[in-house]
Amino acid sequence: MKYLDEYRDEKLFRSQLARLKSIATRPWVLMEVCGGQTHTLVRYGIDELLPAGMEMVHGPGCPVCVTPVEIIDKAIALAGRPNTILVSYGDMMRVPGSESDLLQVKALGGDVRMVYSPTESVRIALENPNREVVFFGVGFETTAPANAMVAWQARRQGIKNLSLLSSHVLVPPAVEMLLSSPHNRVQGLIAPGHVCTIMGTGAYETLAAKYKVPIVIGGFEPVDLMEAIVMLAAQLEEGRSEMENQYRRNVREDGNRRARELLFEVYEVCDRKWRGLGEVAASGLRLSAEYREFDAELRFGLEDISVDEPAECISAMILQGLAKPKQCSAFGTRCTPESPLGAPMVSSEGTCAAYYLYRRHSGEMGEDLCVAGEAV
Amino acid sequence: MCLSVPGKLLERNDVGGVLVGKVQFGGIVREVCLDLLPEAKAGEYLLVHVGYAISLVDEEEARKSYEYMELAGMLEGELTAFPDDGPALVVEASPPRDDFAPRGPRGESQ
Amino acid sequence: MSTREMPAMACPMPLAVKSHVVLGHGSGGRLSAALMRDIFLPAFGNPVLNELNDQAAVRLAPGRVAFSTDSYVVKPLFFPGGSIGELAVYGTVNDLAVGGAEPQYLSAAFILEEGLPLETLRRVVEQMAVAARRAGVTIVTGDTKVVEKGSGDQVFLTTAGIGVIPDGVTLGPQYVRAGDRILLSGPIGEHGVTILAQREGLGVSGELKSDSAPLTELCRALVKAAPGLRTMRDLTRGGLSSAMNEIAASARVGMSLEERKIPVSEAVRGICELFGLDPMYVANEGKLIAIVAPEDAEAALAAMRTVDTGVGAEMIGTVTSNRPGCVVMRTSFGTDRIVDMLAGDQLPRIC
Repeated sequence: MKYLDEYRDEKLFRSQLARLKSIATRPWVLMEVCGGQTHTLVRYGIDELLPAGMEMVHGPGCPVCVTPVEIIDKAIALAGRPNTILVSYGDMMRVPGSESDLLQVKALGGDVRMVYSPTESVRIALENPNREVVFFGVGFETTAPANAMVAWQARRQGIKNLSLLSSHVLVPPAVEMLLSSPHNRVQGLIAPGHVCTIMGTGAYETLAAKYKVPIVIGGFEPVDLMEAIVMLAAQLEEGRSEMENQYRRNVREDGNRRARELLFEVYEVCDRKWRGLGEVAASGLRLSAEYREFDAELRFGLEDISVDEPAECISAMILQGLAKPKQCSAFGTRCTPESPLGAPMVSSEGTCAAYYLYRRHSGEMGEDLCVAGEAV
Repeated sequence: MCLSVPGKLLERNDVGGVLVGKVQFGGIVREVCLDLLPEAKAGEYLLVHVGYAISLVDEEEARKSYEYMELAGMLEGELTAFPDDGPALVVEASPPRDDFAPRGPRGESQ
Repeated sequence: MSTREMPAMACPMPLAVKSHVVLGHGSGGRLSAALMRDIFLPAFGNPVLNELNDQAAVRLAPGRVAFSTDSYVVKPLFFPGGSIGELAVYGTVNDLAVGGAEPQYLSAAFILEEGLPLETLRRVVEQMAVAARRAGVTIVTGDTKVVEKGSGDQVFLTTAGIGVIPDGVTLGPQYVRAGDRILLSGPIGEHGVTILAQREGLGVSGELKSDSAPLTELCRALVKAAPGLRTMRDLTRGGLSSAMNEIAASARVGMSLEERKIPVSEAVRGICELFGLDPMYVANEGKLIAIVAPEDAEAALAAMRTVDTGVGAEMIGTVTSNRPGCVVMRTSFGTDRIVDMLAGDQLPRIC
């Protein structure tokens, strides 16, 4: 597949790694923000190939993982309502709420429909005029414009039985929170490439300057990530702290203006609670006044619930990059993908799930019992 | 995150006021909504997320970046040969795994 | 009284002609007999079944008897490349064949949901009959029950099969040794993505077809060509990963695979990339893994490629003594990754 396979090319990957080995002299601590990037790194053992003691800290870039428990509970409540169809992405189906998850609700007879594209919720609403259809829209800035289209289409077509339960988060405020924390160890950042296709690169340029931290907008394939790491290492070795764009084939400085226009017509910025991080100011999206009629929480009068996470779950530490899954006492025993205690174990790109699937057999401190790719 | 895949736009149509394109991904074709990228033209490569085209692949930029990467790699002079086909690398001695049993539904050994 | 004034007669006898399955079809009475007569016998008819005894009495060839059973609950019932009937026949046939057995007889038990159109049942049964003929097995006994509407999903099918393993053929994970070669009969993931695309309405078009097929001839060819054939396993749910992990666990060996050697069709690749699926975990219905002694590997591979179900066969890896119980894959760009058992089903993802 063009523009995908080339970035999994072995020769290119190895040559990038060789470049890294020739320039890196210190144990730099880098963070990749996006869960998809974490997934690639862990799955292919790339983070374990880094020279000079360099370390990848995994960031909070998993919108599924950071969706507050209350929202999951609200989705479950809506799915259990009579005459209601809850439409959701596959990723959310197994995320644990306080007591249940959407898949279990479906098993018990709730009408929960899994979709790949938000447009399908519009179709479902049109096909079921006598039922309420709620679209559970989750995601970062990448997904928000597509989710916004649901409300936009509903308004344009005058669809009365469609509403949205939204949990959107914006990346830059969360990154800023991490960088400004006194516990922060991260010296260089790989910014989420697909978010930037929509939002452009400006926010990361600002952050790089403000916190004197090099930030590289990175892609998701092994060669992309390795190139981004090389670019960060080069900056760190040279004492620079700029924003650079590794993912130039897909990311423009101005992003996708049309998508942003639509996004900010339907949504507006608000404060948002991130599961595991707590409240982050101006880091979320909610329906704007003009579109508030499509807000499922308002339409169905869902009260605010406050929920405690299971005490053993250290997802807060994981999402801030302050701990690795192996350090969690429940990892792989009481907390597994089949019976997760927190979202990072369930989400397909959650850090804990990635470690469980690809690293479970590693030693306690992360050293691998099977040495990965040592031919390099 | 934001699983997005590049595909080639084969054709585009207006379907009831919505711009819909047929995009090829490897051996399959799927309909993609072009409302977020209305300027996309047949023959171009698009980045697709949740059934929407969100960005145009800049083919010229891709070519340049790629060539740069290849060149940089060669200048380093460290392009290594492919490993031989054959048995896996011999790994360091490690504690034998003591649980070979298949896992049950709750992750427990059976 | 004139005919016009005669009261309407409410006749308690059920209508003889039915278009849908009703509860009576499972009760063992006339309706059940009608089902046998009109649907099952015309399709499956053979001397043993035609006797309609409570049991089928058959002769087996000499050797050890192999016995296997499986249930099939696939949705949709019909899909590109197959149907529930074919899966039910080939699935059990393949379970026998990979053990080195010559499959001979099958039983077929149906649990039907009230309201199932008889035309649908007829189609299922006819396709089963075609599959049975292609696989060289006879369906000699069976059963039908009907459950109330809502208590079953159209058709639940269970087949059990008997075959005979000739003397001299001994296969099993216990014979697997470090150094053995791992052979895969063809491209993976075809069945699973086809079903997913149909069931979830993923809206894709392309060369998507289930690979549902009988593997008897392929197994025979392997047994003949490779005296050092250790074990075979057909890939079903859980994909290539499950089969490899199960053998690794049972045999207490490590498996080392090469991603570049594992064939995946362009269509399957497209779907997997788009929906975030890993082909290693996607279901198959007409593929197998064979583990052979290293000196027999070339001959075994060549033999596989002469059979239609093995045309795309490849040597994909080696058995090792490193990390017993673990399946490790050398990725296409040179790193190693562990291929673990998947928990639950893969769902299409957007993240």
